[in-house]
Amino acid sequence: MDIIVCIKQVPDTTEVKIDPVTNTLIRQGVPSIVNPFDKNALEAALQLKEQHGGKVTVLSMGPPQAKDALKECLAMGADEAVLMSDRAFGGADTLATSRTLAAGIRKLGHYDLLICGKQAIDGDTAQVGPEIAEALDIPQVTYAAKLEISGDSKVRIEREHEEGYEVVETTLPLMVTVVKSINEPRLPTVKGTMKANRKEIPMLTAADIDVDLDSIGLKGSPTQVHRIFTPKQRVQGQLIQADSPREAVAQLMNKLAEAKLI
Amino acid sequence: MQFQLSEEQKMVQKMVRDFATKEVAKGLAERDEHEVFSRELTNQMGELGLMGICFPEEYGGADGDVLSYILAIEELSKVDDGLGITLSASVSLCAWPIFAYGNDAQKKKYLLDLVEGTKLGAFGLTEPNAGTDAASQQTVAVLEGDHYVLNGSKIFITNAGEAETYIVFAMTDKSKGTKGISAFIVEKDTPGFTFGKKEHKLGINTSITMELIFQDVKVPKENMLGKEGDGFKIAMSTLDGGRIGVAAQALGIAQAALDHAVKYSKERTQFGKPIAVNQAIGFMLADMATKVDAARLLIYRAAWLKDQGQPYSKEAAMAKMYASDIAMEVTVDAVQIFGGYGYTREYPVERLMRNAKITQIYEGTNQVQRMVISGAVLK
Repeated sequence: MDIIVCIKQVPDTTEVKIDPVTNTLIRQGVPSIVNPFDKNALEAALQLKEQHGGKVTVLSMGPPQAKDALKECLAMGADEAVLMSDRAFGGADTLATSRTLAAGIRKLGHYDLLICGKQAIDGDTAQVGPEIAEALDIPQVTYAAKLEISGDSKVRIEREHEEGYEVVETTLPLMVTVVKSINEPRLPTVKGTMKANRKEIPMLTAADIDVDLDSIGLKGSPTQVHRIFTPKQRVQGQLIQADSPREAVAQLMNKLAEAKLI
Repeated sequence: MQFQLSEEQKMVQKMVRDFATKEVAKGLAERDEHEVFSRELTNQMGELGLMGICFPEEYGGADGDVLSYILAIEELSKVDDGLGITLSASVSLCAWPIFAYGNDAQKKKYLLDLVEGTKLGAFGLTEPNAGTDAASQQTVAVLEGDHYVLNGSKIFITNAGEAETYIVFAMTDKSKGTKGISAFIVEKDTPGFTFGKKEHKLGINTSITMELIFQDVKVPKENMLGKEGDGFKIAMSTLDGGRIGVAAQALGIAQAALDHAVKYSKERTQFGKPIAVNQAIGFMLADMATKVDAARLLIYRAAWLKDQGQPYSKEAAMAKMYASDIAMEVTVDAVQIFGGYGYTREYPVERLMRNAKITQIYEGTNQVQRMVISGAVLK
């Protein structure tokens, strides 16, 4: 089974700083890591490879230093890593990013399964995975907490919802995004780390892929960011559970009175 | 001169740092408090390949250099130096002498498992009456047919009870003095080989230390490491390498104490400002940082010399002596900067101070290191 995992190098903090002028992420001085959900995606791919054989390729779009993130994935056990890097890719929103990655995936050739993390911890959009599936015209299942593939390529996925799981059955080829609870990503080994360091990471530029230059990068991005800010924290709601509506109303009235709202 | 780590060394350093901060740090205070040796973490180190960093691939190693291995001990020791010395004792004091002095059959039978971390190693030289005077070995080995019979005891043995493979030194010919000492590979569970009490120590409580007791223990002849009478030479050269490991443990402790002190002095406010703005604190931090850096350079140089195949006995002794002395000083200063809080177990610096002391004592006391260094200087 050939699996492609899309990963993103992100700043190592959940509280990213935003440049107030350009409204983009400030990356200077912040150590970079592999987006944590993407590590879950890679772990899922590695487990499937252990069951079914095949190859795991990691793909990322980013600046040249994103190679460090790809090396970490190789150290964890990925077979190949490819970096898509070009000034023409810069300034991309999720749509332009997904078009670029989809073009890269087409260039890589055959694949059975595409796995992405549910979202990146910097932008938190959760859009790129689904948009890649759209661009490639393959089915997609998001928020997978369990992913099983039987011998005859039948796929069974448990999608995580706030109130439970939705079980989906489908077939390959397929794009899946995974949530944190799907697995515990393995730590790289010393041997894997050393092998990863010696491994060549090929780079794809805009010239290497079949894509309309007007549809990628800043030019191909319909999203215009006007301002980014941290919204005020919402206070957690309270659920009153009581045996009868009468009692529930009584409790509610008490609470409102306590809060001096009535 | 090159003062920069290679890409490979940096990657190993980061990998071990991630393991230490994510896995080892969990439950550390409890393990220290209750003197718990974690076999689980030890096995995990094996699975991740930490036991095999600097051994060739044919023995299951990663074919890395000694410096990468030293970086691993440093990173582990920044979090839990008890685990750092567990690694160092198995790799430097058990696997290394088998690699350096063992024959092919011994390497196949014992080295592979130690390198792959499926087995843990230990080293037994010290006896109740043979500490610094290691030549006064009272453990004896008598040849009887196809095996030696060992009688005696060894004390303060790191990894004892947990290790599966032991390098044990014993007198095969008392009349020859140091040339009458031989080295043996002894397996756990050999009849007559038992363990004494577990030592309760001032520090490094996440590592395990016990006595080895040998009562008519039959060790096959083919388990002798090197030739009869090679024991003392093997012990001394093994300790040369072990000293770089202990130095790295001390460095990890000192770096951790410095990091904690810097962070705390920026956060702790007295008289309306962080205590770090007082020169009394700032100058202490400056001295601590300089000492830590000097120790690091001595240690990396000793590891580099070993990697180059050059003599490193004097440099390893200098690194071990200096790093452990400054680890003691820096941790005492860190506790001072933390004040009353530093003296409590709520903060990590008292543990670092307790743990630092042993690095001045084992793998040869720092007085022995001075004997080694002065011996080399006066040669």
